[in-house]
Formats: sequence, C-alpha cells, structure tokens
Amino acid sequence: MLQSIDDVIRALEQHQYISDRGLATTIFLGLKLNKPLFLEGEAGVGKTQVAKTLAAILDARLIRLQCYEGLDVNTAVYEWNYSQQMLHIRLMEATGVGREEARREIFSPQFLLKRPLLQAIEDNLPRAPVLLIDEIDRSDEEFEAYLLELLSDWQITIPEIGTLKAAHAPVTVVTSNRTREIHDALKRRCLYHWIDFPNFEKEYRIVLTKVPDAPDRLAQQIVRFVQELRRMELYKMPGVAETLDWSAALVALDQQDLSENVVNETLGALLKYQDDVTKVQGAVARELVERVRKS
Amino acid sequence: MNHGLLLKNLVLFSRLLRIVGLDVGPGQVIDLAAALEHVNIGRRDDFYFAARALFCHRRADLALFDLAFKLFWQSHRLAPLLMPVEPISALRPKRVRFPNASFREIPFDETAEEIKRAPQTERMILDVQQTYSAVEVLRQKDFEAYSWEEVQAAKQMLAQMTWRVGTRATRRKIPVRHGTHLDLRRVVRRNLKYGGEFLQLAWKQSKRKPRTLVVLCDISGSMERYTRMILHFVHTLSNGLEHVETFLFGTRLTRITRQLSRKDIDDAVGEVTKAVQDWGGGTRIGESIKEFNYRWLRRVARAGAVVLIISDGWDRGEVAILSREMERLQKSCFRLIWLNPLLGAPDYQPLTQGLRAALPYVDDFLPVHNLASLESLGRVLSRVEEARPARRGNFKFPKLGLSKAKDPES
Repeated sequence: MLQSIDDVIRALEQHQYISDRGLATTIFLGLKLNKPLFLEGEAGVGKTQVAKTLAAILDARLIRLQCYEGLDVNTAVYEWNYSQQMLHIRLMEATGVGREEARREIFSPQFLLKRPLLQAIEDNLPRAPVLLIDEIDRSDEEFEAYLLELLSDWQITIPEIGTLKAAHAPVTVVTSNRTREIHDALKRRCLYHWIDFPNFEKEYRIVLTKVPDAPDRLAQQIVRFVQELRRMELYKMPGVAETLDWSAALVALDQQDLSENVVNETLGALLKYQDDVTKVQGAVARELVERVRKS
Repeated sequence: MNHGLLLKNLVLFSRLLRIVGLDVGPGQVIDLAAALEHVNIGRRDDFYFAARALFCHRRADLALFDLAFKLFWQSHRLAPLLMPVEPISALRPKRVRFPNASFREIPFDETAEEIKRAPQTERMILDVQQTYSAVEVLRQKDFEAYSWEEVQAAKQMLAQMTWRVGTRATRRKIPVRHGTHLDLRRVVRRNLKYGGEFLQLAWKQSKRKPRTLVVLCDISGSMERYTRMILHFVHTLSNGLEHVETFLFGTRLTRITRQLSRKDIDDAVGEVTKAVQDWGGGTRIGESIKEFNYRWLRRVARAGAVVLIISDGWDRGEVAILSREMERLQKSCFRLIWLNPLLGAPDYQPLTQGLRAALPYVDDFLPVHNLASLESLGRVLSRVEEARPARRGNFKFPKLGLSKAKDPES
C-alpha cells in the first residue's frame, strides 16, 4: 500500500503526523530495504511518535523497549520465571520425576518470560510488528553491542531452548536524544535521519492538527512565539511537544490572543529550566508578544 | 623436586591479588603450578605471562596485576625465585642475605673474587642514585623552565605514568563469588542437582566502570609557557584512560578529543594545532564554560564525570557569567577540579577576579606546574570513589602560600 514516498507522506498525515520529505524518504526506504531507522534529534521533535504512527499505518503491533543504563538480556530479551520454576521443582519432587526429565521440563517455553525483543521476533505473529527501541543513548555500550547482533540477523539464542529466528523482520525504529554518541557500528546497520525543529509552516500545521480547538490566529501567534524563542540562547529549547502542551494550555484558558500576562504565567509549559524562564519572563516576553501580535 | 617454597609464594601472591580485587581462587594457583612445569621459570617474562594468563580475566585486571606482580616478586625476600640462576629443581631452602640495592643472592661462603667485584656493585648503585636525583630534579622543576632536552625527558616520563580515575557503580550486574544480590538464574540452575533444595547460592553485584574524565584546557596567552607540556600531559591522559573528552579554550571552545586519539604525540599535537584557531590570544573563561555547558555538557559528561579545568584564571570576560556557569557545571558533574600552574609558586594568591568567582564552585584546587604535581593529581583522580565532596560553597583556600598571606606574623 505504501508504494511511493508520497504515499508515506499521505499516510502519515492521515494519522496526524506532519512529516517532511526527508523523513518520509527514510521511512519509505526503511520499509522497502527492511532496515532499522535510526532517528536522532532534540527532545520533543516527534521521534517516538514516528514509531507509534507507523504501527497505526501498518496496523501492526507496537512493541516498545525503553532503554536505560544497565538494561540487560534479562529485561530486554527473556527471563526464566524463577518462582514458577521453584514451585514446579517441588511439585515434581513430590511426584518423583527423574532429574533429567525435571531439567527439561522447567526450562521449557512454559516458564519463559518474553521481554520486548523476544516478543518482536516471535514467529507466531500474523505480521511483522513495529519495534521501538526508545532513547538508546540512555543504555550502556554493552547493550548496544548486543543489539548489533540482533539488528543484523534477527535471531536470538536461548541456551536452554535453541535459536529463535524472526519469520518477518520487525519494522524497527531506534531513537536517540544524543546525550552521548552511539557507536558507528550500530548506526551503520540503520538508516540515519536527524529530525530538526520544524519551520513555521510545518509547526503551524502540526498545532492545527493536534490541537484542533485552537483558534487560527492564536495558533499562528503561538508558533511564531516558539520559533522566536528557539532563536534565543536557551539552555533547553522548547520542542514541538512543548508547543503542543502550551497550545492546549492556552486553549484551556480560553485565550484568543497571546498576552504578556498569560505568557508569563504559562511559560512553565514551554521552558523547563529556571534560568531560561527568568531570561524570558518580563521584558523579553513583552517584546516577543508585541512582535508576534503585529505580524 | 622441591616446589615447596615456590608454591608457598604462589599462594601468597594469589592472596595479594585477591586483596587488590582480582577473582583468583586456589584452582588457578594449582593451574599455574602445573603450567610452570612447562615454562622456564628462570625467565621472568615467561613466568609473568603465564601468571597473567591464568589470574587475569578482564582488561581492567591487567593494571592491578602488573602492580601486584612488581610489588610482590621484586621484594627482596622472594627475589631468588626469579633470578636467572637455577632451574626450579635446584631450588633448595638456604639462608641468604642481600646487600641493600641488589637482588643478588650471596651465599655465606663468599669468595675473594666476589669481594673484588664489590666496588663495581657500589658504582652501579651510585649510578642509580645519580639518575634518581636527575629524575627528582626534573620532577620538581617548573615546566616553564624546561629546556628542549628536558621536555623530551619529561615526555618519556609522562608516557610511563599510569592513570586511573575512580570508578562508579553501574546498574549492570555481573556474577561474583560473594556479592550483594542473589543471581536467581544461577541459583536455580546450580541447585537442580539437589532436586530443588537450595543448598548453594549464587551472587551478583554491580559492575564498576571508570568515570568519564572531561578536560577543559586554557590555551590563552598567559598560559603559553605551560601549554606545550600540558598538551603532552593531556595526550597521555587520553591515551591511558578509557573515556576522556578534551576541549581547549581561549576565546572560543574547541573539542580535540578526536585529534588526541592519535597514538603518536607529535602527530596528535600537529592535528590539534590545525584544529585550534585561538592560540595564545585572550581568555573568556566564563563564555567558554558556558558554551561547554550548553553544547557539550549533556553529551559528554554523563553519569558522574570528573571535570578538570586547567587555567591560570586570568579572565577578560564577564565575571557574573563565569560564576553562574561554574555553578551549573559543578552541579552537573561528580567532581570539579581546577588545576592552576601558578599555584606552584610559593607566594601565589588566587586573587584574580575570575578565580575568585570560580573557586567557590571548585571541589579541588591543585597546582599543575611540574611532574610531581601531575603525580599528586594522579593520586587525587584515583581516589575519586563513591563519596562526593560536601559542597556547601565554603571553599577552603589551599594552604600553599595562602596561609602565609592571611597570617601576618609569619
């Protein structure tokens, strides 16, 4: 159904994701070549949303693995259900089952807890799922190394059971906030795309799509204001997610136009560092509001 | 064959290794004893590699092993075992005594010939002392007074220094013999043979990793006399440690981590020179640190990094920015160390505006003007462990020279 890049753009839009041609091309190629997507960008530019939208478009199951430091095979791939195993051993002991047989039995799939990566390559899924490996930069090098093998062969070896291979390789999206550099070896296996902050037109469309209650004029002012903020020297730039939060907040407050007071009171939805808030609050906010209302 | 003495020493050695943290058990000692049947123990290298192959299990072990090996097998009492004189089978316990600076074994029936040789030994000792004192002079000499030859000698000495940054506990667990957490997977597996009675436990505990070291180095005009040696020093740091990020600043910030990764020091310095455009100019420490905080801090200084700032604190920038950015930097790293080459002078006082603004946020304020000060820096770095220094903004000025200034009587 997704036969061209335009198809991808259209499909994404139908699912309320406003993309640009670069991203759509990457997604299209990822699907065609069966390669994982590696999406990098500032926080809140819609990296995770790409995976969610893809799952909706493909009508596939979304399997999400949130990364963190120390993430290991036991939480990412599989784990044996120890308490069940212990109970079962006791049970078998009471009924007098042989040792070898007991060993075979308690390491059977019945006692296997499937974590996200194993779920993603399970072969009883009707179609390839969408696998989201979120914020890979939070994990450590050891986990990255483990992913290398998985992403190229789509198979997992469990010593007690054997090697499991995916019937259909999952559509994989890896995201990173770039809090550290990811090793080249991993990036090499993926299609890389840097998602930038959107320009005015794109962000305006995003606000209209995601916050349909927002009046036209307000939406324009909001986006202009945020675009101006991104031009300033801030410790943490507001992302698209913050723009949407702020829009929703202003709609909830029944605003038709930006005003200095309301901006000052709701800056917390946009800026997350006190230094940034104090920098913008007051004079800067007044000037920005004036400029935004004039245009 | 009498292996008694050797075996006893091997056991003692393995005990030492266990104390310094290697996972060495009696099994490996037995293996090594067996291996030594096939290895010429007279050759120190062979013995070293055999022992290392059996006792070390990961790269981090190697440095510890080397230290322990040197310490143990070079101490006088054990020296005869490694002397290239007798095959192991000829070893027999006998009373020996040693002259002070030589490991040579001298039997009781010392012949006249050997007494004749004695002056030679003495001369050798003298030579050793001479080089020792030359080294000592070089260690204490201020970098800015180095001649070209001394720079070359110091480069070699720098290359021989080993660096270690304190570790932090990661969230990853590794199996250990005795640890803090139960390793359920191994427990179940191990106790299957007892029919589900849990007789043997298995343990795991947090894996430790060395902390990231971030170096911010001032290359402005006032630092020029020290820049060359400090670059050499930073190069040995980044080649000797696993995670080092290096930046230079004068009026702007330049990342030179990639350039310094070249093994050859002269190549690396050449690359750095090409990359940096503000050699020997003015300094804007505050703005440079701000740029680091905004652009790099969250990318390179994750998870409890140790940050080194090397600068004399002569700042032409805005003081308010410096103090605000230093505060942010200190809050985001595990330990903030300021190295100042001028601190080596006995009557130096950190009175410049920049330093006064920055020092309240500095955890350690240390000199960096000669090799000895680098060695003491090495000791500080290796001691950065779990305990974070108390940070209540009550920075204490170091005793060097300053107590004199404060106390009019002295």
